[in-house]
Amino acid sequence: MSTDAILSFEEAMEKYDPVLGFEVHVELNTNTKMFSSAPNVFGDEPNTNVNEVDLGMPGVLPVVNKTAVESSIKIGLALNCKIAESCRFARKNYFYPDTPKNFQTSQYDEPIAYDGYLDIELSDGSVFRVEIERAHMEEDAGKLTHMGGATGRIQGADYSLVDYNRAGVPLVEIVTKPIEGAGSRAPELAKAYVAAVREIVKNLGVSDARMERGNVRCDANVSLRPHGRERFGIRSETKNVNSLRAVEHAVRYEIQRHAAVLESGEPVIQETRHWHEDTRTTTSGRAKSDADDYRYFPEPDLVPVLASREWVEELRATLPEPPAARRKRLQADWGYSDLEFRDVVNAGVMDSIEETIAAGASASVARKWWMGEIVGRAKTADVDPSELGVTPQTIVELNTLVEGGKINNKMASQVLDGVLAGEGAPAEIVEKRGLAVVSDDGPLLEAIDAALAAQPDVAEKIRGGKLQAIGAIVGGVMKATRGQADAGRVKELILERLGVEG
Amino acid sequence: MTELNNSELIRLSAAQLAAKLAAREVTSVEVTQAYLDRIADVDGQVNAFLHVNAEEALAVAAEVDAIRAAGGAEAEALHELAGVPIAVKDLIVTIGQPTTAGSKILEGWHSPYDATVIKKLRAAKMPILGKTNLDEFAMGSSTEHSAYGPTRNPWDLDRIPGGSGGGSAAAVAAFEAPLALGTDTGGSIRQPGAVTGTVGMKPTYGAVSRYGAIAMASSLDQIGPVSRTVLDSALLQEVIGGHDPFDSTSLTDRLDTLVAAAKTGNVTGMKIGIVKELHGEGYQAGVENRFNESLELLKEAGAEIVEVSCPNFKYALGAYYLIMPSEVSSNLAKFDGVRYGLRVLPKDGPMTIERVMGATRAAGFGDEVKRRIILGTYALSAGYYDAYYGSAQKVRTLIQRDFDAAFAQADVLISPTAPTTAFKLGEKLDDPLAMYLNDVATIPANMAGIPGLSLPGGLADEDGLPVGIQLLAPAREDARLYRVGAVLESLLEEKWGGPLLAKAPALDSSSTTAGGSN
Amino acid sequence: MAAINRDDVAHLARLAHIEMSPEELDRMAGELAVIVDSVKSVSEAAGDDVPATSHPIPLNNVFREDVVGHTFTAEQALSGAPDSFEGRFKVPAILDED
Ligand SMILES: [Mg+2]
Ligand SMILES: [Zn+2]
Repeated sequence: MSTDAILSFEEAMEKYDPVLGFEVHVELNTNTKMFSSAPNVFGDEPNTNVNEVDLGMPGVLPVVNKTAVESSIKIGLALNCKIAESCRFARKNYFYPDTPKNFQTSQYDEPIAYDGYLDIELSDGSVFRVEIERAHMEEDAGKLTHMGGATGRIQGADYSLVDYNRAGVPLVEIVTKPIEGAGSRAPELAKAYVAAVREIVKNLGVSDARMERGNVRCDANVSLRPHGRERFGIRSETKNVNSLRAVEHAVRYEIQRHAAVLESGEPVIQETRHWHEDTRTTTSGRAKSDADDYRYFPEPDLVPVLASREWVEELRATLPEPPAARRKRLQADWGYSDLEFRDVVNAGVMDSIEETIAAGASASVARKWWMGEIVGRAKTADVDPSELGVTPQTIVELNTLVEGGKINNKMASQVLDGVLAGEGAPAEIVEKRGLAVVSDDGPLLEAIDAALAAQPDVAEKIRGGKLQAIGAIVGGVMKATRGQADAGRVKELILERLGVEG
Repeated sequence: MTELNNSELIRLSAAQLAAKLAAREVTSVEVTQAYLDRIADVDGQVNAFLHVNAEEALAVAAEVDAIRAAGGAEAEALHELAGVPIAVKDLIVTIGQPTTAGSKILEGWHSPYDATVIKKLRAAKMPILGKTNLDEFAMGSSTEHSAYGPTRNPWDLDRIPGGSGGGSAAAVAAFEAPLALGTDTGGSIRQPGAVTGTVGMKPTYGAVSRYGAIAMASSLDQIGPVSRTVLDSALLQEVIGGHDPFDSTSLTDRLDTLVAAAKTGNVTGMKIGIVKELHGEGYQAGVENRFNESLELLKEAGAEIVEVSCPNFKYALGAYYLIMPSEVSSNLAKFDGVRYGLRVLPKDGPMTIERVMGATRAAGFGDEVKRRIILGTYALSAGYYDAYYGSAQKVRTLIQRDFDAAFAQADVLISPTAPTTAFKLGEKLDDPLAMYLNDVATIPANMAGIPGLSLPGGLADEDGLPVGIQLLAPAREDARLYRVGAVLESLLEEKWGGPLLAKAPALDSSSTTAGGSN
Repeated sequence: MAAINRDDVAHLARLAHIEMSPEELDRMAGELAVIVDSVKSVSEAAGDDVPATSHPIPLNNVFREDVVGHTFTAEQALSGAPDSFEGRFKVPAILDED
């Protein structure tokens, strides 16, 4: 596989203006499939969540899932779209073994929702409006597993296996209009947009929204044009970029790759690209060809969907608080400053903090743990914080141990490492690692006396009222006890020893 | 038990059989066995059946007999047609029997589910005699496009039985079954009915569930009854009709006055419209004569004959040959050698799934199917959609308007069912356009979704072969067709001295070499 | 509308996934040319003001409640499969596509 040349991002930005576009597929969490009554369940034995409809058997006919239509309308409303008074399904004809009928039942010229927008808040607090072209209903394909060959990839595989459990799962495909003017914030905007869509569908309760399970999947279109030019450049479409971080990286990479192609004087090829998480690069898929003549026509086995205004308003009345409003409310409830709250949002831990508070932690404790301990570890491990493996319950347990004086903060951090290493629940780890705080005052007083004797000038300062000097003595005690002492208790004892009021 | 011999038994209508079964003058096992014997006797010549379902049919018959013998509530609850056997066009999927659609690509395939109409036949406890021959995927007007050899017309074994449902029509005409199911996309129930001297009804689109009928053209396909009398078709349509939640295009209207309509036939004061565009030039003289004779009979019976014009019908055939293949090209894409049916490996070159699909479809489909797939692919492809598929859908609107105008002047419309009597096997096989012209009078009803009934109108003077008379009514007015059809049928029987099929030549059972295939 | 030629048929056969020999392409092109010629009047039949009809009997909002119905076992699902492996349908390699 040849590596494509890339330009540095900064250089690319000096010369070019990126235009983005996204197609985000959201899997709905209905009980049953879009057109059949087979269950919509993830992870079961292959080819057991299927009936004759999902297998495209001869003679079968589709019937539309009403809940899926309602979920689609809710998504449309949450994206500030117009809801079509009348819309239809269409057949998109193409042969592929994961597509049981060799056509996908989708919507073509009559999507259920169109002309919307989403206001995306960027990390600097500015708001960028992304225009939504349409949101349409369709069905998912089955799952192919490529066997033999070197890497489990499609290239070089000996054969493939097909599981149709996912075939027919309801999808809503959300398509943006071309997004212009993001400039160097394009990668950040890309990530923030997909995060916002994910947040919306999760908040609506219409999707499990788990990107690692493919509940939300993003195809990212990127093109560049020289600054000042109106006309769009030729775009590439990077398929199935399936984590928030990958979306950001893929857009950045494609901007750099396009810039290098344009710099070399070559034209950009209109093609699909594949994202590789391991190398953080894209490779060429196939060029758009005559095989893309999908021969759409109205699905003759289905009848139009008419969304009466009454029905739409009924559904609108069921919509939960929009995420932006929710953010405002949560910030007020939690008492975080603008900066604190923005950091929390940008770190992607707002939901986790909310869950942690719901599990019994205070707002400041939840923030301390997520921002102070977990975000850093997630960065090191290169995963999203919520995917690191820390549950709200873990944090509540850790905090209870700290507040009960069983362990200090430093130890708690070690216990967290233990939890992530799979050593068990926090209390068990404290036990196993022998991390209990030394609470018998006898050995502590010995250590304090030794520390005071070692630094008589500091002791004198404290006696004289310079209480902030106490840190040096505390530090000496902690060193002597190898961190096993409760720093709060040590402070109290030092002041007692020196006869100073704390 | 019965005093009738087998030859007499198999000539009874379904309604007569039902009455004798209910009166316990005959058992279902006797009836079913008589038909199985007839199939064994004559189907070697006719080739109406692709599969004979003897064991299951006899088991169902025995069950009905046992219930009747026991009497009581269960016997009371039996459907009127319980125990009356039926044949099923092999386009309709059945558990326990192969379903081939007349194609090599489904050879040996057994459906793991039943079509809705099959569930209804089972609920009514009608023994299923077997699966009948058809043009591959119902594409044809002669049953010569079956991958399993042509069906022959019982009136003349050198002639076609019509198509695509030639097997169902021939089975009923040859007394191999009292009833059959057909499917009608452009005339595939009615035109075989016409050329075999049987009754064929295409119900209103959506009146009978399509679930489990292998789709040819979804917006045109309709399952319907094939029988020897108008009343029998009405009886059968009431069994198979009704709303089906598995078919989104299924009507919620209950069309359940069909049998009553067939029994109370009366045309006094009715306006019957001759469609100017559906007879005359291009129609065989003998066909025209019988058609005119039917008009006279209806007039004598008190109907008023009016003439109506449907000027857009001249586009119907063309529009049909754009819409139908377009839907065909998509509906038949699923036959690819991945999930069921035939898989053929390419002879040489890379063994990719693309090429396996290509080789499978090349070997599995016959010429007519390929022709329509390619034509439909063309009509839907980029740059042609508006001119072809889009225009054809507009013509559909024009045809509906023509019908609306015609039905403003007439209660039912009347025409010959097909322009000619049965032609010779092979005669039109190499001329697709000539073959397509057979459906010129039946296609408009499919385009508009309205019901159409074909009944035997007598024999053509020049060749002594059956002529079909077609009646058309507005959507959901299926009962009106049974009402008028029953009247015309009785007038014609009077004129011809009994049921037309009594005049069909006897099939020489001694010369047969084999019974129906298994 | 342009007449349909051999290259058109080859392209359509590729779209439709039907392998065709050179002779078959030639024959099909000839037959389709005749058929296309006979149906082309359709494109002039109706004006822009005529709406298209895709369903002969107009219906709308036919829905199914979101309630789980029957499923097949893997054996039933695979019962007609030309080839399978460990509960899944087995197909030859897929090349050059995504
Ligand atoms: Mg797309
Ligand atoms: Zn999509």
